[in-house]
Amino acid sequence: MLEIRSLASAYGRIPALKGIDLDLRPGELVTLVGANGAGKTTLLRAISGVQPVTGGTVRISGADITRASSRHRVRLGIVQVPEGRQVFGPLSVEDNLRLGAYTRPRAEAEGSLERVYAMFPVLKDKRGSSAGTLSGGQQQMLAMGRALMAQPRVLLLDEPSMGLAPRLVAEIFACVQALRTADTAILLVEQNAGAALAIADRGYVLETGQIVLTGTGAALLADAGVRSAYLGF
Amino acid sequence: MTAQFAQYLVTGLTVGAVYALVALGFSIIYNASQVINFAQGEFVMVGGMCSVWLVDQGVPLPAAVVLAVAAAALLGLALEKFAVEPARGAPVVTLVIITIGASILLRGLATLVWDKKIHALKPFSGEAPLQVGGAVVLPQSLWVLGVTLAVVLLLSWFFGRTLLGKALLATSHNRLAAQLVGISVRNVMLLSFSLSAALGAVAGILVAPITFTSWDVGVMLGLKGFAAAILGGLGSGAGAVLGGMVLGIAESMSAGYVSSAYKDAIAFVILLAVLVFAPDGLLGRRVAERV
Ligand SMILES: Nc1ncnc2c1ncn2[C@@H]1O[C@H](COP(=O)(O)OP(=O)(O)O)[C@@H](O)[C@H]1O
Ligand SMILES: [Mg+2]
Repeated sequence: MLEIRSLASAYGRIPALKGIDLDLRPGELVTLVGANGAGKTTLLRAISGVQPVTGGTVRISGADITRASSRHRVRLGIVQVPEGRQVFGPLSVEDNLRLGAYTRPRAEAEGSLERVYAMFPVLKDKRGSSAGTLSGGQQQMLAMGRALMAQPRVLLLDEPSMGLAPRLVAEIFACVQALRTADTAILLVEQNAGAALAIADRGYVLETGQIVLTGTGAALLADAGVRSAYLGF
Repeated sequence: MTAQFAQYLVTGLTVGAVYALVALGFSIIYNASQVINFAQGEFVMVGGMCSVWLVDQGVPLPAAVVLAVAAAALLGLALEKFAVEPARGAPVVTLVIITIGASILLRGLATLVWDKKIHALKPFSGEAPLQVGGAVVLPQSLWVLGVTLAVVLLLSWFFGRTLLGKALLATSHNRLAAQLVGISVRNVMLLSFSLSAALGAVAGILVAPITFTSWDVGVMLGLKGFAAAILGGLGSGAGAVLGGMVLGIAESMSAGYVSSAYKDAIAFVILLAVLVFAPDGLLGRRVAERV
């Protein structure tokens, strides 16, 4: 469904992605692991169309979207939960969610809102509060809820567990698993590589802008190199 | 309240409303782009000059007003599309310099299209002054205050109640996140520039029967509006209105009780004082935010 070939990107003269090949099939949960600065965020941004691409292609369901606007990609169902949550702090929780459905017809947004509230009841309780007043875990739920409002077919999650207490991390991972459905594919970026690979169908290991290893989640978890580099044992 | 004080207050509120409209324009563009648009005053000039010119051509006043506002909005759109957009990614300072260049160009064009004379627009509902609580109020003052109130209510509805308005706020708060929900930052910029230009034109038209208009009125009104925006807190809508009113009243009180010689200096004193002592202004956003 999502097909990335030889994707390259750079910050000025400094390359950040050096020819990435990556596939995401319908209903798959794929994990991307890599050290800080490996280029994970850059890759997700390039997929979302908010990071200039210097080479290669991005296709969705066969259609080339390498040069498409970020708005068009959201319309096609490529939706990202960015690193650091990036909620609209001064706006209310409900406004944040409604903006998530910005590219959707108004009638659809109502149904999506009910689904998101059913999934994250705390957001319903806090619907009128400004997003900036939520706790870190609640903001992460809001960021995920906002992305779900766009009815994603490809959901990109950038370090959803970052900075959260262990109990919340488990909750977020449970959510991620609940989100994968027959027609939604998830690309999960995590520093918490062990937990992420454990729930993944497949995984990719990214090092300094290149995919150095790929395999099933279980195979990567068992890999000696991955264990010593990313799992610490 | 003495009659004299009431008189100064009415004068101050009227001028303040005009500053408030100009300040709102500054804040809307600032929110969309972090750019201080120094061509904002030229929108005020274009609104006034264009409506005067249309009325001279025999166009009825209401139609002239609508056309002048529309012309300014188009001009704002063009400024964004042909001057700001091509420099996308450039430092904000570059963009600010572009707007300064645009303002010089627009003033030059105004002297070519129109002239260098001072013009007065006919007051909307005659010149017979009204007596309100001991103060003499020109009907045009009521127009200024009434229309400004209507504009402020309309804007607060737009930003507070519509998804498009909230998309503008969201973009000013977090541009990346806005793009990731599918908001087109380019459309936000175009809308912000044309909305600001329309607001400036409304101010220029409302005030044209009172203070007259000419090719260079935008310089002073632009700077006053900028001072009002800074005083209220750049980027804050309520701050822009408050800043405009405070500045207008301060000017008219100082002109009345001290000397009108210092009237124009007030804005600059306030501007400097705010920048030095309280850069966030009266209602500016505090940068503290939970991460
Ligand atoms: N805005 C930026 N400007 C310049 N270099 C950047 C910027 N963002 C990231 N980089 C660099 O690009 C590389 C990849 O960063 P990133 O994609 O954020 O990595 P990750 O998400 O895997 O931690 C790093 O070397 C980082 O220093
Ligand atoms: Mg990252």
